[in-house]
Amino acid sequence: MTDITQHELTNQPSRLKIIWQSDFGYTFRKSPVAVFSCIIVLILVMSAVLAPLIAPHNPFDPGTLNLLNGFTPPLTPNAFTGEEFFLGTDDQGRDIFSTILYGMRVSLFVGFSAVLLAMILGIILGLIAGYVGGWIETFIMRVADVQLTFPSILVAMLIFGIAKGFTPVEYRDQMAIWVLILAIGLSDWVQFARVVRGATLVEKNKEYVQAARLIGRSGAAIMLRHILPNVMSPVLVIATISLALAIIAEATLSFLGVGAPPTQPSLGTLIRIGQGFLFSGEWWILLFPSITLLSLALSVNLFGDWLRDALNPRLR
Amino acid sequence: MIAYVIRRVFHSMIVLLVVGLVAFAMFRYVGDPIDNMLGQERTQADIERLTEQLGLDQPFVVQYWKFLRNAVDGNFGVSYRQGRPVAEIIAERAPATLELATVSGLFAILVGIGLGVFTAIRRNGVASNLIMTLSLIGVSLPTFLIGILFIYVFSVELDLLPSFGRGDVVQVGNWSTGFLTKSGLLALILPSITLGLYQMTLIMRLVRAEMLEVLRQDYIRFARARGLRERAVNFRHALKNTLVPVITVTGLQLGSIIAFAIITETVFQWPGVGLLFINALQFVDIPVMAAYLMLISVMFVAINLIVDLLYFAIDPRLRIDGRTG
Repeated sequence: MTDITQHELTNQPSRLKIIWQSDFGYTFRKSPVAVFSCIIVLILVMSAVLAPLIAPHNPFDPGTLNLLNGFTPPLTPNAFTGEEFFLGTDDQGRDIFSTILYGMRVSLFVGFSAVLLAMILGIILGLIAGYVGGWIETFIMRVADVQLTFPSILVAMLIFGIAKGFTPVEYRDQMAIWVLILAIGLSDWVQFARVVRGATLVEKNKEYVQAARLIGRSGAAIMLRHILPNVMSPVLVIATISLALAIIAEATLSFLGVGAPPTQPSLGTLIRIGQGFLFSGEWWILLFPSITLLSLALSVNLFGDWLRDALNPRLR
Repeated sequence: MIAYVIRRVFHSMIVLLVVGLVAFAMFRYVGDPIDNMLGQERTQADIERLTEQLGLDQPFVVQYWKFLRNAVDGNFGVSYRQGRPVAEIIAERAPATLELATVSGLFAILVGIGLGVFTAIRRNGVASNLIMTLSLIGVSLPTFLIGILFIYVFSVELDLLPSFGRGDVVQVGNWSTGFLTKSGLLALILPSITLGLYQMTLIMRLVRAEMLEVLRQDYIRFARARGLRERAVNFRHALKNTLVPVITVTGLQLGSIIAFAIITETVFQWPGVGLLFINALQFVDIPVMAAYLMLISVMFVAINLIVDLLYFAIDPRLRIDGRTG
C-alpha cells in the first residue's frame, strides 16, 4: 500500500504541469489577451522586485546624484557631464528609469497588501455572516451596505485622514505607507464579504457541510477548511480586479498628496511631481511614470477580465 | 407605499446618525481639540474656559447630541488651520464645486444619452465602434491622468483653454458665479469634461444596452409599421422606455460627481470644496474634515432616497406592487 502511494507520488506530474494541461490552462494558452497581459504584469512585477539589481542608479542615495545632470532629456547626452539616461532625469539629476522602478515597488507593495487585507477581512466577515447568520449577519451586511453608498476612494481618504491624525507628527512620513494600505484595504472589503456570504449561504446547506457538522467539527473548522476552499474562485477574480483598482486608488491618493510621502515616492507621487514640469517642457518626467501606471493597471485589469470569464462556468 | 417611504426615511436617518457619530468621534478623539485650538502659549484658565465652551467635560452622549444639534444649525466649529468658522469657509467654496458638478452632470447626461442612442441605432457603423472603443479606454484611465492629458493638449500645446482656476467670477449676493464671464465659462470646459467623462461613458453604455433591448420589441416594430417617422420611433417610443435604469444610475452617479470633484479640483486647482477637503486632509484639519463628511453624507443619503422614491413616480408597475404588497 505504502509502496503504491510512493510510486504514484513520484510519477505524479508537478502541480504547475497539472494546471497547464487542465481546461483552465488550455483557455489561458488560447487567449492572446490573457497571455499578453500576464507577461506584461510579470515583467513589471519582476522589474519592481529586482529594482535594486536592475536600476542603474539608486535614486534615494543623494551621494550618487549630480545636480549638473538635472533635466537631461531621454537618450540625449547631458550638456555638462556627457552622461546619457535611458528615460532622462528630473530636476535633481535623478534617473527617471530608476525612480520608476523604485516607485513601482511602492505601488505594487501597497496594492498587493491592501488587497490582501481587504480579502482577509472580507472572507472572515463574509463567512461569519453567511454561516452564523442572525443579528451578526444583519449587522455586518448593513455596515457593508452603508459603506457601499460612498465611493471607495472617499472612504479611503477619510480613513487616511483619521489614521494620520492618530499618528504622532514625527512618524507620519514613516507610517504613511502602512496608513495607505490600511485605508485602501478597509475601503475595499465589502465586495469580498458580499460574494463570500452569498456563496457560503449556498454551500452551507450542502451535504458535505452537514456531514462535517455531524462528525462534530467546530464552526470555525467548517468555515475555514470546508466552505472556504469552495468559495475561493470568485474571491480570486475579485482580488485581481481589486488589485487594479487598488493600484489606481493608491496612485490617485499619492497624486493628491495624501498618499506615499516624497521620501518613498510611488508612481502617483512621481506623476504629481511630473505635473509641475508640464509647462516648462520637461515632458519625460511626467510621461514615463504615467505610461508605467497605465500599463500596470490596464494589464492587471485585462487579466482579471479573462480570469472572470475563465472561472465562470456559466460563460464557458 | 407609505410604509415603504417611512422605512426608507428611517434607514436614512440611522445612516446619518452613524456618520454623525464617526464625524463626532473624529473631532473629539483624533488629536486633542484643546491642543489644536490653543497652541503653545496657553494658561490653565484658557484650557478650562475652552473645555467648558466646547463642553468637553460633559458625558459622551450629551456631547454627541450637542455636536449633532450644532451640525443641523450649520455650526461645524472653527478650522484649526485657518482659524475661521468652517461653515463660512465651506459656504464660500460651495458655489465653485456646485457649478462644476452641474455642468459636468449636464455634460454626462446630454452627451451620454445622445451618444448612447446614436451607437444603438447605428450599431455596426464605423463611428459607433470607434466611440465604443474610445469609451473603454476612457474608463480605464484614472481621472487625474485624463485631466493632465487635457491640460497638456488644450492648454500647453494648443493654448486654447485655461489650465487652472475659475477665471473671472461675478459676485451675485453670496454666490460667486463663473457663468457670467467669458473666462469663467472657458475655465469650466476642461474640468467639467474631465469630471463628467466617466459618468458620460457609463450613461452611454447603459442607454445603448437598454436601447438595443427595447428596439427588438414588438411595439417598436408596430410603431414602424404604422409609418411613424424614424425619429419619433427612436426618441418617443424607444428612448422613453429606457429611462428608468438610466435615471437610477444617473442619480446615484450624481453623488460620485461631487466626490470625484476632489480629484478634478486638485488637478485644475479649482477653488472648490474638494480642494478644501484635500488640504484639510494634508494638514489634519479635523473640523473641516468632519464637516465635509457630514455634508457629503447628507447629500449621498438624500440622493439615494430620492432615487428610490423616483422609481415609484416613473414606473407605474412598481406603484401597483407597492400598494398590494
